[in-house]
Amino acid sequence: MSTYLIKNAKVLGGDAQDVLISDGRIAEIGTGLAAPDATQIIEADGHVLLPGLVDLHTHLREPGREDAETVETGTRAAALGGYTAVHAMANTDPVADTAGVVEQVWRLGQESGRCDVHPVGAVTIGLNGERLAELGAMHESAANVKVFSDDGKCVHDAVIMRRALEYVKAFDGVVAQHAQEPRLTEGAQMNEGTVSGILGLRGWPAVAEEAIIARDVLLAAHVGSRLHICHVSTAGSVEIIRWAKSKGWDVTAEVTPHHLLLTDELVRSYDPVYKVNPPLRTAEDVAALREGLADGTIDAVATDHAPHPTEDKDCEWAVAAMGMLGLETALGIVQQTMVESGLLDWAGVADRMSVRPARIGRLDGHGRAIAVGEPANLVLVDPSARRTVEPSELASKSANTPYAGLELPGRVAATFLRGVPTVIDGKLA
Amino acid sequence: MKRHLISAADLTRDDALLVLDTAEELAHIAERPIKKLPTLRGRTVVNLFFEDSTRTRISFEAAAKRLSADVINFSAKGSSVSKGETLKDTALTLQAMGADAVVIRHGASGAPHTLANSGWLRGSVVNAGDGTHEHPTQALLDAFTMRRRLNDGKGDLEGRRITIVGDVLHSRVARSNVLLLATLGAEVTLVAPPTLLPIGVETWPCQVSYDIDSTLAKSDAVMMLRVQRERMNASYFPTEREYSRRYGLDEKRMAALPEHAIVMHPGPMNRGMEIAANVADSPRSTIVEQVTNGVSVRMAVLYLLLGGSEPAVTTTATEENAK
Amino acid sequence: MTKASPNSGSRPSDLDPASARAVLEASDIDRVVTRIAHEIVERAKGARDVVLLGIPTRGVALARRLAERLEDIEDEKVPVGALDITMYRDDLRLRPARALERTEIPADGIDGKLVVLVDDVLFSGRTIRAALDALNDIGRPRAVQLAVLVDRGHRELPIRADYVGKNLPTSQREKVQVLLNEYDGRDAVLLGTRGDAAPVPPAATPEAK
Repeated sequence: MSTYLIKNAKVLGGDAQDVLISDGRIAEIGTGLAAPDATQIIEADGHVLLPGLVDLHTHLREPGREDAETVETGTRAAALGGYTAVHAMANTDPVADTAGVVEQVWRLGQESGRCDVHPVGAVTIGLNGERLAELGAMHESAANVKVFSDDGKCVHDAVIMRRALEYVKAFDGVVAQHAQEPRLTEGAQMNEGTVSGILGLRGWPAVAEEAIIARDVLLAAHVGSRLHICHVSTAGSVEIIRWAKSKGWDVTAEVTPHHLLLTDELVRSYDPVYKVNPPLRTAEDVAALREGLADGTIDAVATDHAPHPTEDKDCEWAVAAMGMLGLETALGIVQQTMVESGLLDWAGVADRMSVRPARIGRLDGHGRAIAVGEPANLVLVDPSARRTVEPSELASKSANTPYAGLELPGRVAATFLRGVPTVIDGKLA
Repeated sequence: MKRHLISAADLTRDDALLVLDTAEELAHIAERPIKKLPTLRGRTVVNLFFEDSTRTRISFEAAAKRLSADVINFSAKGSSVSKGETLKDTALTLQAMGADAVVIRHGASGAPHTLANSGWLRGSVVNAGDGTHEHPTQALLDAFTMRRRLNDGKGDLEGRRITIVGDVLHSRVARSNVLLLATLGAEVTLVAPPTLLPIGVETWPCQVSYDIDSTLAKSDAVMMLRVQRERMNASYFPTEREYSRRYGLDEKRMAALPEHAIVMHPGPMNRGMEIAANVADSPRSTIVEQVTNGVSVRMAVLYLLLGGSEPAVTTTATEENAK
Repeated sequence: MTKASPNSGSRPSDLDPASARAVLEASDIDRVVTRIAHEIVERAKGARDVVLLGIPTRGVALARRLAERLEDIEDEKVPVGALDITMYRDDLRLRPARALERTEIPADGIDGKLVVLVDDVLFSGRTIRAALDALNDIGRPRAVQLAVLVDRGHRELPIRADYVGKNLPTSQREKVQVLLNEYDGRDAVLLGTRGDAAPVPPAATPEAK
């Protein structure tokens, strides 16, 4: 097995140290380490070393929409973004609601080798919200599914949601809820507010998210289950989750990078690249989300990486697909919105983008401390670099990034998956 | 003026007055034996209608033809669009055919904006109504009608009180009218049941009321909006009868209007619903006039966008005053 | 030079003030208008079926003045109106779309009448060509004549004036500016060089006569 020596890396943003990687694990940490037989010595020059990032929310589109993304292209994008594990959402075609489909996705991830792919199982058959899918079978499959979600659709029926929350307790699973009250969001096109009123686009009100979250934290408390809330997007949601946590209930939540930065003002352009679900909200929501992430109310940053082919975005707003790319820009957005604003230090970034998401997904090998003997899932970040996002240069098969032309801070210099570099010098290894 | 007319907000006060003044001149053409001008000879105007709207389409068609433009009517029904062709491919086709202007009616809010900003075609784009967003030429013809009836066809509408009643939430006519009338200095009051007002309406440049009767006595014009059939079964209001009773314009309410006040409706009307038949047919009603004025206003818009090497240049207000 | 409103007032001058000199003063203009009125009466053997149509902007004021003189001479009301030719121009596509001026046709129309078009300066002849086209869409006069205050030459079309206030030989680089009391607060015809050095094709500069 190869040996790598990372020289002068600021571990979690702390003092510069050398980290020796050998046999897939961290072999030594210290200053002035020497490794004459190392395969490669990486001069980190004060770059920040974090545990490999873990995404709780990725759409890899395979099977079914290989024109938008495949496990292969999606994991390339993940590695370049600093991720060592991603959770592949279940809204594929066919839906990942059987052991067969989740095993297929899991196997494709294994073959890619660049990033662990943990399939998310659908909560209900066909995401229809009516009958539970075989959650146990998906858990027992080779994919060992722990996270279940009908993402893209809300498990809106209170009884089905209660049953799912209860049922997954048997194998320490978690239901990740896409909180969207369906009746309040029929035909919804964007955040309901001043801008939607002017643009004449049907509104997606904050209350449609908050009402479901309020119901579900109460349900989770009632049945004593774990609940995870996907892509929290409103200030009110943050308040409800903060309240639920203050009660000691086992509720976790994630926020996307785009909800930390972008607002519904962008929709005035009618550019479908800004069409996403849940929709971009107001500046007040953005501020509350940043604060919630900083104080730990929101546990994790999750990308909701949602690739779409050109034709689904190069069209009028109403018929455009919802979703935006996220894997390759997430860390830069978090650096800009949370680190450079002083809301989080790098240890905090490691906690929200690796440690906690790994814990929520019950991934034993990820989100670990950077310590001797731990699996060498690592990402080396150059925080002083700046780059301009160029859609055509992204590894994703799709180009629907809302950050085209935007200069973002930070650059992933290297990513290691169990001691093997997947990215080196900012390029795929 | 800008190259496209997508929103009433695209028009400055000077732009709007230029359109209205030009329309005022062009209105005389309709009185002449030869109702045609050679101005847009050789120019091609495409009416791209993804929604049925015979009255708007023929109004634009008459306007373009009176200016001698070649008119191509492209209706989405029974065309390649109904076979799944995208807006983009339709636009590329129109570009290849050399459209100098595309007049677009679309069910999706923002479709004209997308068409104008996509780079798919080079011509001017005129919004003939998009979803629940805007309908700027309707607002222009409404303002033209008000100016004729209330201001002798001159100047702006400073201080005039305009009441717009009905389904504001889904009304592109209301949105464009609020923006344009505010630009022209009018004081607009929107009247609707709270269910039919958009979130954020308090930020619009107008007043809002739930009570029609408190606004009528001080209105110079009252504009009744059509209530779409599909709203009636979606619990925006309990019954047609209750809506009509609380928000309809009947003879009793019309009597509360000042002597000079006019009654407007963009059409098509639901007689007996938002407007009583006798009100629609009264001398105060400008409903038929609005249709006539629509042609003059659309001629003005097409002329000012297409008549020169580029859209009309408007002088600033200060230059205007300096004269 | 496009104006936001019709019948706009004094034009921003692009005449170099240093070079400008008056070729007609107020008294000259007054005399010339009177003379043209007499010529019209003489040629038309009275003013019975004469309709005066001024071409905006300054042609309209001249037409009104002519009408007054004709009324003085004939003691009869002479119909006077305005004919905007903007929509008939042959140079529309060379410049941004411009605001329309008012067209006012006298109530009895022009059918069977002797229409005298009135303009301030006759230059390329293109304005008059457009005016003839415009007339064509309005009615069928018995005859059409043209009266101008100044003929500065450089015709680009086979058009000539029936009544000329003053023949003024000019070079292409020169500019003639007519000032009228109704718009400019004084009566004068100025000749000078252009304020802007670059010569502009005459067809593209209808205002610069």
